[in-house]
Amino acid sequence: MAAGRNLGTQAGLTPGRSASSVTLFVQAATGREGTVEFHFATVLVFMLVGVGFILFTLSLSRIVRPRIPGAEKATTYECGERPTGSPWIRFNIRFYVVALIFVVFDVEVVLLYPWATIYKQMGLVSFVYLLIFLVSLLEALAYVWKKGDLEWIRPAVRRPEVAAPVPQKHDVSASGGRQ
Amino acid sequence: MSPLENKLSEGFLVTQLDTVINWARRSSVWPLSFGLACCAIEMMATGFSRYDIDRFGSGVFRATPRQSDLMIVAGTVTHQMASRLKLLYDQMAEPKYVISMGSCANSGGPYWQHGYSVLKGVDKVVPVDVYVTGCPPRPEALLDALLYLQNRVIKKRTIARSRTPVEIAGA
Repeated sequence: MAAGRNLGTQAGLTPGRSASSVTLFVQAATGREGTVEFHFATVLVFMLVGVGFILFTLSLSRIVRPRIPGAEKATTYECGERPTGSPWIRFNIRFYVVALIFVVFDVEVVLLYPWATIYKQMGLVSFVYLLIFLVSLLEALAYVWKKGDLEWIRPAVRRPEVAAPVPQKHDVSASGGRQ
Repeated sequence: MSPLENKLSEGFLVTQLDTVINWARRSSVWPLSFGLACCAIEMMATGFSRYDIDRFGSGVFRATPRQSDLMIVAGTVTHQMASRLKLLYDQMAEPKYVISMGSCANSGGPYWQHGYSVLKGVDKVVPVDVYVTGCPPRPEALLDALLYLQNRVIKKRTIARSRTPVEIAGA
Protein backbone atom coordinates (compact mmCIF):
# COMPACT_ATOMS: atom_id res chain seq x y z
CA MET A 1 0.00 0.00 0.00
CA ALA A 2 2.97 2.24 0.58
CA ALA A 3 3.96 1.96 -3.05
CA GLY A 4 0.40 2.63 -4.12
CA ARG A 5 0.18 5.78 -2.00
CA ASN A 6 3.44 6.94 -3.46
CA LEU A 7 2.06 6.43 -6.98
CA GLY A 8 -1.06 8.32 -6.09
CA THR A 9 0.98 11.22 -4.85
CA GLN A 10 2.96 11.34 -8.04
CA ALA A 11 -0.16 11.25 -10.13
CA GLY A 12 -1.44 14.34 -8.41
CA LEU A 13 -3.75 12.81 -5.86
CA THR A 14 -3.95 14.44 -2.49
CA PRO A 15 -2.01 12.35 0.01
CA GLY A 16 -4.99 11.98 2.32
CA ARG A 17 -7.27 10.33 -0.20
CA SER A 18 -7.02 6.60 -0.59
CA ALA A 19 -6.33 5.59 -4.19
CA SER A 20 -7.92 2.37 -5.40
CA SER A 21 -6.14 0.32 -8.05
CA VAL A 22 -8.69 1.36 -10.66
CA THR A 23 -8.08 5.01 -9.97
CA LEU A 24 -4.37 4.36 -10.22
CA PHE A 25 -4.84 2.68 -13.56
CA VAL A 26 -6.80 5.61 -14.93
CA GLN A 27 -4.20 7.95 -13.55
CA ALA A 28 -1.56 5.84 -15.18
CA ALA A 29 -3.22 6.04 -18.56
CA THR A 30 -3.31 9.83 -18.38
CA GLY A 31 0.19 10.26 -17.00
CA ARG A 32 2.79 12.43 -18.63
CA GLU A 33 5.87 11.20 -20.41
CA GLY A 34 8.78 10.21 -18.21
CA THR A 35 6.66 9.53 -15.16
CA VAL A 36 5.94 6.13 -13.69
CA GLU A 37 2.34 6.47 -14.82
CA PHE A 38 3.42 6.86 -18.40
CA HIS A 39 5.24 3.54 -18.24
CA PHE A 40 2.09 1.96 -16.85
CA ALA A 41 0.16 3.45 -19.74
CA THR A 42 2.60 1.82 -22.15
CA VAL A 43 1.95 -1.54 -20.51
CA LEU A 44 -1.78 -0.88 -20.74
CA VAL A 45 -1.57 -0.15 -24.45
CA PHE A 46 0.54 -3.28 -24.98
CA MET A 47 -2.00 -5.40 -23.14
CA LEU A 48 -4.95 -3.95 -25.03
CA VAL A 49 -3.31 -4.34 -28.42
CA GLY A 50 -2.13 -7.85 -27.58
CA VAL A 51 -5.48 -9.10 -26.35
CA GLY A 52 -7.33 -7.32 -29.16
CA PHE A 53 -5.05 -8.78 -31.81
CA ILE A 54 -5.51 -12.30 -30.52
CA LEU A 55 -9.29 -11.92 -30.29
CA PHE A 56 -9.47 -10.43 -33.79
CA THR A 57 -7.31 -13.15 -35.34
CA LEU A 58 -9.07 -16.03 -33.60
CA SER A 59 -12.57 -14.79 -34.44
CA LEU A 60 -11.60 -14.02 -38.03
CA SER A 61 -10.16 -17.48 -38.58
CA ARG A 62 -13.21 -18.99 -36.92
CA ILE A 63 -15.39 -17.34 -39.55
CA VAL A 64 -13.21 -18.18 -42.54
CA ARG A 65 -11.75 -21.60 -41.80
CA PRO A 66 -13.45 -24.81 -42.86
CA ARG A 67 -14.60 -26.90 -39.94
CA ILE A 68 -14.87 -30.60 -40.67
CA PRO A 69 -14.44 -32.55 -37.45
CA GLY A 70 -14.00 -36.29 -37.47
CA ALA A 71 -13.14 -39.26 -35.31
CA GLU A 72 -9.87 -39.90 -37.16
CA LYS A 73 -8.86 -36.26 -36.90
CA ALA A 74 -9.43 -36.30 -33.17
CA THR A 75 -7.07 -39.22 -32.59
CA THR A 76 -3.66 -38.60 -31.08
CA TYR A 77 -0.89 -37.94 -33.57
CA GLU A 78 1.73 -40.66 -33.28
CA CYS A 79 3.51 -40.28 -36.64
CA GLY A 80 0.77 -42.23 -38.37
CA GLU A 81 0.71 -45.10 -35.89
CA ARG A 82 -2.49 -45.82 -34.04
CA PRO A 83 -1.96 -45.09 -30.37
CA THR A 84 -2.57 -48.13 -28.18
CA GLY A 85 -2.89 -48.40 -24.44
CA SER A 86 -2.94 -45.73 -21.82
CA PRO A 87 -0.29 -43.00 -21.62
CA TRP A 88 -0.46 -43.25 -17.81
CA ILE A 89 2.26 -45.84 -17.45
CA ARG A 90 4.90 -46.23 -14.76
CA PHE A 91 8.29 -44.80 -15.55
CA ASN A 92 11.45 -46.10 -13.98
CA ILE A 93 12.08 -44.22 -10.74
CA ARG A 94 15.67 -43.67 -11.79
CA PHE A 95 14.61 -41.10 -14.37
CA TYR A 96 13.90 -38.97 -11.33
CA VAL A 97 17.53 -39.15 -10.24
CA VAL A 98 18.66 -38.30 -13.76
CA ALA A 99 16.37 -35.26 -13.74
CA LEU A 100 17.74 -34.16 -10.38
CA ILE A 101 21.34 -34.40 -11.61
CA PHE A 102 20.35 -32.46 -14.70
CA VAL A 103 18.86 -29.67 -12.62
CA VAL A 104 22.09 -29.36 -10.63
CA PHE A 105 24.19 -28.74 -13.71
CA ASP A 106 21.50 -26.76 -15.47
CA VAL A 107 21.57 -24.22 -12.67
CA GLU A 108 25.34 -24.18 -12.89
CA VAL A 109 25.25 -23.14 -16.54
CA VAL A 110 22.58 -20.53 -15.83
CA LEU A 111 24.87 -18.95 -13.28
CA LEU A 112 28.04 -19.33 -15.34
CA TYR A 113 26.84 -17.26 -18.29
CA PRO A 114 26.10 -14.00 -16.46
CA TRP A 115 29.23 -14.57 -14.39
CA ALA A 116 31.33 -14.76 -17.53
CA THR A 117 30.11 -11.35 -18.67
CA ILE A 118 31.19 -9.54 -15.48
CA TYR A 119 34.22 -11.67 -14.73
CA LYS A 120 36.73 -9.09 -15.92
CA GLN A 121 35.19 -6.30 -13.86
CA MET A 122 35.11 -8.22 -10.61
CA GLY A 123 38.37 -10.07 -11.05
CA LEU A 124 39.76 -12.43 -8.46
CA VAL A 125 36.86 -12.07 -6.02
CA SER A 126 34.31 -13.37 -8.47
CA PHE A 127 36.68 -16.16 -9.43
CA VAL A 128 36.91 -17.34 -5.84
CA TYR A 129 33.16 -17.06 -5.41
CA LEU A 130 32.55 -19.19 -8.43
CA LEU A 131 35.20 -21.66 -7.34
CA ILE A 132 33.33 -22.19 -4.09
CA PHE A 133 30.12 -22.72 -6.01
CA LEU A 134 31.75 -25.14 -8.45
CA VAL A 135 33.41 -27.14 -5.69
CA SER A 136 30.09 -27.59 -3.93
CA LEU A 137 28.59 -28.82 -7.21
CA LEU A 138 31.58 -31.06 -7.74
CA GLU A 139 30.90 -32.54 -4.35
CA ALA A 140 27.39 -33.40 -5.50
CA LEU A 141 28.82 -34.99 -8.62
CA ALA A 142 31.27 -37.05 -6.60
CA TYR A 143 28.47 -38.18 -4.31
CA VAL A 144 26.29 -39.22 -7.23
CA TRP A 145 29.23 -40.96 -8.87
CA LYS A 146 30.02 -42.87 -5.69
CA LYS A 147 26.42 -43.94 -5.34
CA GLY A 148 26.54 -45.34 -8.88
CA ASP A 149 23.70 -43.17 -10.18
CA LEU A 150 25.65 -42.06 -13.24
CA GLU A 151 25.43 -45.54 -14.72
CA TRP A 152 22.15 -47.00 -15.83
CA ILE A 153 23.20 -50.52 -14.90
CA ARG A 154 23.89 -50.05 -11.24
CA PRO A 155 26.86 -51.84 -9.69
CA ALA A 156 25.91 -54.87 -7.67
CA VAL A 157 24.82 -54.14 -4.15
CA ARG A 158 27.35 -55.33 -1.60
CA ARG A 159 25.90 -56.83 1.50
CA PRO A 160 27.71 -55.65 4.59
CA GLU A 161 29.76 -58.36 6.26
CA VAL A 162 28.92 -58.71 9.89
CA ALA A 163 31.66 -59.75 12.31
CA ALA A 164 29.22 -61.13 14.87
CA PRO A 165 29.12 -64.95 15.03
CA VAL A 166 25.78 -65.64 13.42
CA PRO A 167 25.11 -69.40 13.13
CA GLN A 168 24.98 -70.49 9.50
CA LYS A 169 22.52 -73.27 10.15
CA HIS A 170 20.13 -73.51 13.00
CA ASP A 171 20.26 -77.01 14.40
CA VAL A 172 17.00 -77.69 16.19
CA SER A 173 18.02 -81.01 17.80
CA ALA A 174 21.28 -79.60 19.22
CA SER A 175 19.52 -76.80 21.00
CA GLY A 176 17.56 -79.21 23.13
CA GLY A 177 14.43 -77.21 22.92
CA ARG A 178 11.11 -78.40 21.66
CA GLN A 179 11.08 -81.80 19.99
CA MET B 1 -17.56 -26.14 -43.79
CA SER B 2 -16.88 -22.66 -42.49
CA PRO B 3 -19.86 -20.70 -41.14
CA LEU B 4 -19.74 -18.35 -44.10
CA GLU B 5 -19.06 -20.86 -46.84
CA ASN B 6 -21.58 -20.74 -49.69
CA LYS B 7 -23.75 -18.37 -47.65
CA LEU B 8 -22.97 -15.06 -49.32
CA SER B 9 -24.07 -14.36 -52.83
CA GLU B 10 -21.51 -13.16 -55.30
CA GLY B 11 -20.73 -9.49 -55.16
CA PHE B 12 -17.73 -7.24 -55.48
CA LEU B 13 -16.90 -7.33 -51.77
CA VAL B 14 -17.35 -11.07 -51.36
CA THR B 15 -15.35 -12.00 -54.41
CA GLN B 16 -12.56 -9.64 -53.41
CA LEU B 17 -12.58 -11.16 -49.92
CA ASP B 18 -12.37 -14.56 -51.56
CA THR B 19 -9.31 -13.41 -53.45
CA VAL B 20 -7.62 -12.22 -50.27
CA ILE B 21 -8.35 -15.43 -48.38
CA ASN B 22 -7.22 -17.58 -51.29
CA TRP B 23 -4.09 -15.48 -51.69
CA ALA B 24 -3.29 -16.16 -48.05
CA ARG B 25 -3.93 -19.86 -48.47
CA ARG B 26 -1.94 -20.08 -51.68
CA SER B 27 1.04 -18.22 -50.25
CA SER B 28 1.51 -20.48 -47.27
CA VAL B 29 0.95 -24.05 -48.39
CA TRP B 30 2.92 -25.77 -45.66
CA PRO B 31 3.90 -29.34 -46.45
CA LEU B 32 3.99 -32.24 -44.04
CA SER B 33 7.47 -33.60 -43.40
CA PHE B 34 6.85 -36.89 -45.03
CA GLY B 35 9.21 -38.82 -47.29
CA LEU B 36 8.76 -42.46 -48.19
CA ALA B 37 11.54 -43.37 -50.61
CA CYS B 38 14.10 -41.94 -53.02
CA CYS B 39 11.71 -39.22 -54.24
CA ALA B 40 12.10 -37.69 -50.79
CA ILE B 41 15.74 -36.97 -51.65
CA GLU B 42 14.54 -34.82 -54.54
CA MET B 43 11.96 -33.26 -52.26
CA MET B 44 14.71 -32.35 -49.82
CA ALA B 45 16.75 -30.90 -52.66
CA THR B 46 13.72 -28.79 -53.54
CA GLY B 47 13.75 -27.43 -50.04
CA PHE B 48 17.40 -26.43 -50.09
CA SER B 49 18.88 -23.23 -51.40
CA ARG B 50 19.51 -24.30 -54.98
CA TYR B 51 15.83 -24.76 -55.78
CA ASP B 52 14.44 -23.09 -52.66
CA ILE B 53 10.79 -23.99 -52.33
CA ASP B 54 10.60 -21.19 -49.75
CA ARG B 55 10.30 -18.72 -52.63
CA PHE B 56 6.74 -19.96 -53.03
CA GLY B 57 5.88 -20.03 -49.36
CA SER B 58 6.08 -23.78 -48.98
CA GLY B 59 9.41 -24.16 -47.24
CA VAL B 60 7.93 -24.66 -43.81
CA PHE B 61 7.89 -28.45 -43.54
CA ARG B 62 5.81 -29.14 -40.47
CA ALA B 63 6.39 -32.12 -38.22
CA THR B 64 2.70 -32.60 -37.46
CA PRO B 65 -0.32 -32.92 -39.75
CA ARG B 66 -2.24 -30.47 -37.58
CA GLN B 67 -0.22 -27.59 -39.00
CA SER B 68 0.18 -28.85 -42.56
CA ASP B 69 -1.82 -28.04 -45.67
CA LEU B 70 -0.02 -30.19 -48.20
CA MET B 71 0.96 -33.81 -48.22
CA ILE B 72 3.73 -34.56 -50.69
CA VAL B 73 3.63 -38.30 -51.18
CA ALA B 74 7.27 -38.66 -52.17
CA GLY B 75 8.03 -42.28 -52.85
CA THR B 76 6.81 -45.85 -52.87
CA VAL B 77 3.66 -46.43 -50.86
CA THR B 78 3.62 -49.95 -49.46
CA HIS B 79 0.45 -51.55 -48.21
CA GLN B 80 1.70 -51.28 -44.65
CA MET B 81 2.38 -47.59 -45.11
CA ALA B 82 -0.92 -46.91 -46.86
CA SER B 83 -3.04 -47.18 -43.71
CA ARG B 84 -0.69 -44.87 -41.85
CA LEU B 85 -0.69 -42.44 -44.77
CA LYS B 86 -4.48 -42.42 -44.75
CA LEU B 87 -4.49 -41.71 -41.02
CA LEU B 88 -2.04 -38.85 -41.50
CA TYR B 89 -4.23 -37.41 -44.22
CA ASP B 90 -7.27 -37.67 -41.98
CA GLN B 91 -5.44 -35.86 -39.21
CA MET B 92 -4.58 -32.88 -41.41
CA ALA B 93 -6.71 -29.79 -41.03
CA GLU B 94 -8.70 -28.41 -43.94
CA PRO B 95 -7.95 -27.06 -46.46
CA LYS B 96 -5.58 -29.87 -47.38
CA TYR B 97 -3.99 -30.90 -50.65
CA VAL B 98 -2.02 -33.88 -51.89
CA ILE B 99 0.77 -33.97 -54.45
CA SER B 100 1.58 -37.44 -55.69
CA MET B 101 5.28 -37.29 -56.52
CA GLY B 102 6.88 -39.80 -58.82
CA SER B 103 5.83 -42.95 -60.61
CA CYS B 104 5.56 -45.08 -57.48
CA ALA B 105 3.04 -42.79 -55.83
CA ASN B 106 1.21 -42.28 -59.11
CA SER B 107 0.73 -45.89 -60.10
CA GLY B 108 3.14 -48.18 -58.32
CA GLY B 109 5.89 -47.32 -60.81
CA PRO B 110 8.42 -50.10 -61.34
CA TYR B 111 6.45 -52.26 -58.92
CA TRP B 112 3.16 -52.03 -60.71
CA GLN B 113 3.21 -55.64 -61.87
CA HIS B 114 5.22 -57.76 -59.45
CA GLY B 115 5.45 -55.54 -56.41
CA TYR B 116 3.21 -57.60 -54.14
CA SER B 117 3.74 -55.20 -51.24
CA VAL B 118 3.28 -51.94 -53.10
CA LEU B 119 0.09 -49.93 -53.38
CA LYS B 120 -0.70 -49.30 -57.04
CA GLY B 121 -1.16 -45.57 -56.79
CA VAL B 122 -1.69 -43.43 -53.72
CA ASP B 123 -5.01 -42.19 -55.14
CA LYS B 124 -6.48 -45.47 -53.97
CA VAL B 125 -6.38 -44.17 -50.39
CA VAL B 126 -6.27 -40.35 -50.53
CA PRO B 127 -7.61 -37.84 -53.09
CA VAL B 128 -4.74 -36.48 -55.16
CA ASP B 129 -4.67 -32.90 -56.47
CA VAL B 130 -1.55 -32.97 -58.62
CA TYR B 131 0.41 -35.86 -60.10
CA VAL B 132 4.10 -35.40 -60.88
CA THR B 133 5.67 -37.76 -63.37
CA GLY B 134 9.26 -38.92 -63.18
CA CYS B 135 11.35 -41.55 -61.47
CA PRO B 136 12.23 -39.52 -59.54
CA PRO B 137 10.90 -36.16 -60.74
CA ARG B 138 13.39 -33.33 -60.84
CA PRO B 139 12.96 -30.57 -58.25
CA GLU B 140 11.75 -28.29 -61.02
CA ALA B 141 8.89 -30.70 -61.66
CA LEU B 142 7.87 -30.61 -58.00
CA LEU B 143 8.00 -26.81 -58.03
CA ASP B 144 5.86 -26.83 -61.15
CA ALA B 145 3.34 -29.04 -59.39
CA LEU B 146 3.27 -26.64 -56.47
CA LEU B 147 2.69 -23.66 -58.76
CA TYR B 148 -0.08 -25.58 -60.50
CA LEU B 149 -1.67 -26.29 -57.13
CA GLN B 150 -1.38 -22.63 -56.15
CA ASN B 151 -3.14 -21.58 -59.33
CA ARG B 152 -5.94 -23.97 -58.49
CA VAL B 153 -6.20 -22.70 -54.93
CA ILE B 154 -6.51 -19.06 -55.98
CA LYS B 155 -9.41 -19.88 -58.28
CA LYS B 156 -11.44 -21.68 -55.64
CA ARG B 157 -14.47 -20.12 -53.98
CA THR B 158 -13.90 -19.76 -50.29
CA ILE B 159 -16.90 -17.94 -48.90
CA ALA B 160 -18.73 -16.84 -52.04
CA ARG B 161 -21.75 -18.94 -52.94
CA SER B 162 -21.09 -20.93 -56.05
CA ARG B 163 -23.61 -20.22 -58.77
CA THR B 164 -26.02 -22.95 -59.75
CA PRO B 165 -26.25 -23.98 -63.44
CA VAL B 166 -29.65 -22.18 -63.61
CA GLU B 167 -28.10 -18.97 -62.42
CA ILE B 168 -25.24 -19.30 -64.89
CA ALA B 169 -27.69 -19.91 -67.73
CA GLY B 170 -29.82 -16.94 -66.69
CA ALA B 171 -26.92 -14.56 -66.49
